[in-house]
Amino acid sequence: MLLALAATALVAIALLSDLIVPRLDDLWGRWLARRQRTPSWSYDPGRERRAEQRARTLLRSCVNDEEWAMYRDLGFLRVWGTLADGPDDAGGTGGAPYAYLIYPHRPIVAYLAQTHRLLNEYCVTFPDETRPYGSSRLPDSDDVLAKWMALTGDERRLISTANMHLPGRQLDPAQIRRDLWRLSQWERTRMRQLSDGGQGPPPAGDRKSAA
Amino acid sequence: MKPGHGEVLIAEGDATRAEDEQRLIEEFRRQLDAGLWAAVPVADKEGRRESIMVRSFEEIPWDADRVIFFPRAAGGR
Repeated sequence: MLLALAATALVAIALLSDLIVPRLDDLWGRWLARRQRTPSWSYDPGRERRAEQRARTLLRSCVNDEEWAMYRDLGFLRVWGTLADGPDDAGGTGGAPYAYLIYPHRPIVAYLAQTHRLLNEYCVTFPDETRPYGSSRLPDSDDVLAKWMALTGDERRLISTANMHLPGRQLDPAQIRRDLWRLSQWERTRMRQLSDGGQGPPPAGDRKSAA
Repeated sequence: MKPGHGEVLIAEGDATRAEDEQRLIEEFRRQLDAGLWAAVPVADKEGRRESIMVRSFEEIPWDADRVIFFPRAAGGR
């Protein structure tokens, strides 16, 4: 009797194994997955701040004293244009001197140096294509440095890469003119203090640290 | 330059030493193959600063003390 029951049970198990084994396998897999420790990335609120501090140090080591002071005090850099007829698509400058204003993570603005007439906005980014997740933004000062290096190293290449827009698309022209006015005031003060033997205008606060 | 990190030292060495030079060349090529741009900040005699974009190891000025790699520029919105 017992032998018959055992044989019947074995036959039943053998017949049902096609149904039971995958299910058991699935349950085992889920149990293992639940026990597996998932990697966790704890948010470090100081990481981006430290990255920005490193970026500022690097920027300072690359640009000259005047440019560094300009960025520190005003929050942007001016780079003089070197193309004979102005930046591409700007309609030509007739040989008039022109320059760019570089803001962190904002378009580069080209303008005529003497009249402050705005020429164009050049939208350019430096995305890290190798990063599969998270932010692909450079720290602010690294973004400024990347634009500075690309402009001073190969102006035509950067301008041809950027998306060109008329002034006012992203940056308020009135704000740009205010910045140009601030720049001229800043330069005037700096020249006066340098001629008096000083070291330029006092820093107007650490803009980046305060942001 | 690395998003979220800022400046990261990739490699350093003395390019006048053969073994260092080979390692620097390999790292240089690896960065460019990864799509990064390379620039060398320089200063002229009047103190004006600018950068030189370099596309090969041979283009790096012999007296350069560093090469900065940064993500390739793309048109933004």
